[in-house]
Amino acid sequence: MTDINVILMLMIVGSIIAVETRDMLSCVVVVGVVGLFQSLAFLVLKAPDLAIVQLVVEILSLVILLRVIIRKEASEPQHHPDYFPMLVGITLSLLALLFVHPILRELPQFGQPVMRVAKEYIENGMKATGATNLVSAVILDFRAYDTLGEAVVLFTAVCGALIVLRKTGRKKKGEPETEA
Amino acid sequence: MTYFLCMIIFAIGLYAVVAKRNMIKIIIGIMVMEYALNMLFVLFGYRQGGRSPILEKAQTITNIVDPLPQALILTAIVIGLATTALMVALAVRIYEKYGTFDITKIRKLRG
Amino acid sequence: MNKEPGMTVIVKTVTRLTVGIILMYGIYIVMHGHLSPGGGFAGGVIIALSFVHLMLAYGKEVAFKKLSMPVASVLESMGAILFISVAFLGLVGGYFFFHTLGKGEPFSLLSAYMVLFSNIAISLKVGCGLFLVLITIALAGKEIKK
Repeated sequence: MTDINVILMLMIVGSIIAVETRDMLSCVVVVGVVGLFQSLAFLVLKAPDLAIVQLVVEILSLVILLRVIIRKEASEPQHHPDYFPMLVGITLSLLALLFVHPILRELPQFGQPVMRVAKEYIENGMKATGATNLVSAVILDFRAYDTLGEAVVLFTAVCGALIVLRKTGRKKKGEPETEA
Repeated sequence: MTYFLCMIIFAIGLYAVVAKRNMIKIIIGIMVMEYALNMLFVLFGYRQGGRSPILEKAQTITNIVDPLPQALILTAIVIGLATTALMVALAVRIYEKYGTFDITKIRKLRG
Repeated sequence: MNKEPGMTVIVKTVTRLTVGIILMYGIYIVMHGHLSPGGGFAGGVIIALSFVHLMLAYGKEVAFKKLSMPVASVLESMGAILFISVAFLGLVGGYFFFHTLGKGEPFSLLSAYMVLFSNIAISLKVGCGLFLVLITIALAGKEIKK
């Protein structure tokens, strides 16, 4: 229980550095470090599927963010600090923490979950599906509608990114590539 | 205690979204909030001294951590990557048009 | 050596040695998704990463020679159609997503056919979709630099 707390504190420090650094390159790299710590935390929490996915997704999002900020504004421009949005942001964050605190106290203790639905899956998972990885059995057999919706959202996001960034119809001529 | 530490990360992301001017910083704030929420779901399903939800050949299973939040978060992580890519695409488009990532300068409706 | 696009010789050599291993590891993760950690999502992202690795080291021409954008679009649609057809196959037995393809023998590679085919479909969809998005963002970044 202490190890997960230590990892969470390191993630807090990493997020503060990522939000407050002026150099954009180190900011993106520190976000990558936070994601890797989260992958480690998933491993400690006995979720190896999530650890693999988080590690790989973190690498890919790091590549995307680096591709955008490289050769652009290497650092945030020095403007005189604007105190009003900073004050609003701190107030909102503290209010969110204040409101969420009593709700978190009502939840079951850390380490003793209520597993009313999951008991069914654990007992009958292998007999009903034949898969020994219970997470795969849940996402692709018991709750396949969830995955179908996820596929639709993924398709929509990919379509949106391709449409926003397309070049045909806006350039004059002589650019045959990237029509998708 | 553990849940509250997780929500502190969420609050840091919220602060970045509200107070920062740079669009990349705002995207990073949204990513940090995503991390916090995914972590919170997995924390809900953890059982003290539990095993990972993968069955072995010659063992009867007793205490396994809850596989349901893990299955929900597995899809949410990949969706988060796709939506991050969509936000980055919009930011690139705005940079092409206005030449800046600063959201206070975009409001001037140049062009 | 700087005439051709891409990075230095060291990076190219290491890429040539590792990119096949990364692709094979992705396929392994997809195929064993119902037995061990992993599955369609992780394997799909790893497959996309292998092509991205090729693109970063050698330039976009070499990556397009392996997997061009129209082919990637077609493969992504194929993944969606395969997933939907696995779902519609359940209508034979009763309802949507019903488990009609047998269960096989547990703890062997060819078991739990529905999970296996869904994993393959999801990996095609995720891999090709993310590859398309990243290629598009990289090309747009190159546009700005000029």
